Amino acid sequence: MSGDVPHGAGGPSPAPRSAGAPAGYHPEGLDDAFSDGGEQHVPPTGGTGDTGGAGTLPALGVVGWLRWAWRQLTSMRVALLLLVLLAVAAVPGTMFPQRPQDPAAVAAYLTEHPSSGPWLDRLGLFDVYASIWFSAIYLLLFVSLVGCILPRTRVHLQAVRGRPPRTPRRLGRFPAQGAGTSPDAARVVVGRTAAVLRRRRFGVPAFRVDVHDEGAGTWSVSAERGYLRETGNLLFHLALLGLLVAVATGQMLHYRGQAIVVQGTGFANVQAAYDTFERGTAFDPADLVPFTMRLDDFESRFDPDTLQSRDFTAHVTVTEPGGEPTARTVKVNHPIVAGGAKVYLQGNGYAPRVTVHDAAGEIAFSGAVPFLPQDQVYTSRGVVKVPDVSGDQRQVGLVGYLLPTAVEPVPGLWRSVDPQPTDPLLVLSVWSGNLGLDTGVPQNVYRLDESRMEQAVDDAGDVVTLYVRPGQTVELPDGLGTLTFEDLPRFVALDLRHDPSLAWVLTFALLALAGLATSLFAPRRRLWVRASPAGAQDEGPGAGTTVVTAAGLARGDDVGLQPELDRVLADVLGAPPGPSHGTTGPDAPQEDTT
Amino acid sequence: MTVAELSDLFVWSAATALTIALVAYSVELARITEAARAARQPVTVGAAPGGPADPGTGATTGAARGGRAAGIARSTLVLGTFLLLVGIVLRGVAAGRWPTANMYEFTIVGTFCATAALLVVQRRRAIAFVGVVVTGIAVLALVLALNTLHVQADAVQPALQRYWLVLHVGVAILATGIFTVAFATTVLQVLRAARAEGRSHLERPWSRLDGLRQAVHGARVTGPAFAWLEQVPDARRLEASAFRQHAVGFVLWTLTLIGGAIWAEEAWGRYWGWDPKEVGTFVAWVVYAAYLHARTTRGWAGRRAAYLVFVAYGVVLANFTVVNLFVAGKHSYSGL
Repeated sequence: MSGDVPHGAGGPSPAPRSAGAPAGYHPEGLDDAFSDGGEQHVPPTGGTGDTGGAGTLPALGVVGWLRWAWRQLTSMRVALLLLVLLAVAAVPGTMFPQRPQDPAAVAAYLTEHPSSGPWLDRLGLFDVYASIWFSAIYLLLFVSLVGCILPRTRVHLQAVRGRPPRTPRRLGRFPAQGAGTSPDAARVVVGRTAAVLRRRRFGVPAFRVDVHDEGAGTWSVSAERGYLRETGNLLFHLALLGLLVAVATGQMLHYRGQAIVVQGTGFANVQAAYDTFERGTAFDPADLVPFTMRLDDFESRFDPDTLQSRDFTAHVTVTEPGGEPTARTVKVNHPIVAGGAKVYLQGNGYAPRVTVHDAAGEIAFSGAVPFLPQDQVYTSRGVVKVPDVSGDQRQVGLVGYLLPTAVEPVPGLWRSVDPQPTDPLLVLSVWSGNLGLDTGVPQNVYRLDESRMEQAVDDAGDVVTLYVRPGQTVELPDGLGTLTFEDLPRFVALDLRHDPSLAWVLTFALLALAGLATSLFAPRRRLWVRASPAGAQDEGPGAGTTVVTAAGLARGDDVGLQPELDRVLADVLGAPPGPSHGTTGPDAPQEDTT
Repeated sequence: MTVAELSDLFVWSAATALTIALVAYSVELARITEAARAARQPVTVGAAPGGPADPGTGATTGAARGGRAAGIARSTLVLGTFLLLVGIVLRGVAAGRWPTANMYEFTIVGTFCATAALLVVQRRRAIAFVGVVVTGIAVLALVLALNTLHVQADAVQPALQRYWLVLHVGVAILATGIFTVAFATTVLQVLRAARAEGRSHLERPWSRLDGLRQAVHGARVTGPAFAWLEQVPDARRLEASAFRQHAVGFVLWTLTLIGGAIWAEEAWGRYWGWDPKEVGTFVAWVVYAAYLHARTTRGWAGRRAAYLVFVAYGVVLANFTVVNLFVAGKHSYSGL
């Protein structure tokens, strides 16, 4: 049903291919009348069925088995199976949380499913795309691809240098047919046909043409076009291979880090400056280009009605090593390049600048603390940790929210109604004791370890909550000192990424696309035209005329094959292009007018 | 009345016109079925001016030339497609940007692509069945979009403010529309082949559920209800046509993947991150690639390859609906 000539239909073997033509390699199971050349297909030993090897086991031997296994792996059927497997194997990655994308969700899943979780983890279901089984499938697929494509490339290179196959003895079995008569001699007709077929399109001859003297006054033309089709097919598959190599190289040479930069402060490109940093095995952190970047200003714009974000712009000053400071802007969708790395604006928020004086009146903490936005109106959560208190005082931790535009709809209940800082308010609860920073265990800066701390309560036993506006100073409870909310600078969350393979990845992707389009849309056709004196055939329509027969074969489905044959015959014979001559398969023009 | 409301009105009108087209295609399909049935009984040469249907070639004469219903179907299809286009343009004007930013807009533009592709495919010969399938899906999609996916026409968040919104999403929508028509053609191909070969699962008894089988026995593909299948082109031609549509769709789908990767590189700082939508697009791509391989693999061409199309189109639909609405990911732009 694929539109190819059925195998074994029409037994006659065609004339042998011209000298030097390769013995057509094609992958096991490929149904392709074109590369078969219409030959009757003889299945290779042990390669026809899934259990084909079992019966011939004694004769195979180790080399035979290896050869059989290789033929199986590079067969169409196995490639198909691996493709389907790849599709199936990719699905669990959307059903389970994935560690590279969302480690917190994986941790939560493991907590919620203490019995099944560890097993799923062992099976790699929380990192599907790096798991052994997923990698095995796509690597096998690529091995299969290489095993199939390399021999085909060799065959195709020979075919490109070769000549069109000689005119088969019988033309009646091909999907496109044509016939006619001409008053001219056979040799003249064939010469005209060759000229028609050699006409140039886009500066190159449409067909590669051979003229054959078949003896007894009979001449024939064999012609072939569309070598680009197989070229595109091979290019597509080789480009996929290149894509894989480019992506893998990028994985080894890349680095990526996140950094939070507060307005008015700078960032230096060293590993210690990153909040998170990951790199490929072949990247040395010492190779980081030590540029610096300073966040001068940050603008945000929101829709006044829906409060949805409309624009974020970070104005930065970048100083490359040995260069002058230059002002740049980073926007969402518009990364900048600095020090060989792309810098993306991935997040933003407020970093209230606070100063804490301890009970002794010493400055225990002073700085801007990033509070992470939790919702559309930038209700932001954060922690101020004050470890450096003087003397033997207790350490202080302040936990709470920043409300950019605070309103109090119900007494005692505050909420933000706008992401812009029109009336900012800090709402904090106070903890004192030991922050646990010197235990050696890394701590999340956005969380307070409350295990060794105590929350401040008032005389009635209610939790003490501080409400502070910019410029205000409030007393901390229990005589812990004072807190001053100085002002409210912005912060931006930046992603920095360096991947030298990007240009290669894009190149191979585009090559694959070009190859794919060529292989699907460039027609590959063979045409044969034979002209013989009418007398040479017993029932010729009349003496002195030449009988012309023609046939065409295309790779795959090709609606244009018969029309092209008709056009060629019309040009040669001077007759108006009639409807299709003879019977055709699916390739006939659709003349029905239902 | 605002421009946005006017746009909604046009989309509703398009849904109405396409409903009429759906009814007309169904009437046409019923008429062909009747004609095919009549043609089987050589005596009843009466009202239907039809010649005998030739089940072998699928080429037909008068019976399937298209009656009044076919004309109505065609004109309402043109009208509906045009109304939809106006609705989409007005939507873009109301929002002040290219209208492919949320599920509602994706659905109406995708429906437009499907009906436009139907018009192209049907320009030479109308196949009522494909018309029924595509207009059916189109009406369903439009009503669903208007009733449950509709969001206010508005500007978009910074991550979407890029010309890739036109290229990447536009190409994805176009590919989806073409895959829809190709899917309908493939369904038709499988039905046509099953009827030609006289193969139906409903003909053999089912061991335990035989009562169920008898209940739906009337709907068997070999029965009189599917006599119209003899009027459509044979399975080989349908397969060839479906393949050409799939080839175009597949190239566009590849372009969607590449464009998406380039945009993701600019907006999210990585060209590929196994986001649920990326996975869905990748899976659909792989299954369509499997289909392209299957149809040149001995023993897989035809019906088995067609099953891969069903799977792949299912993945395309799930990738649009399930992934957008129920799976958290970076492509959560439905606005719902």
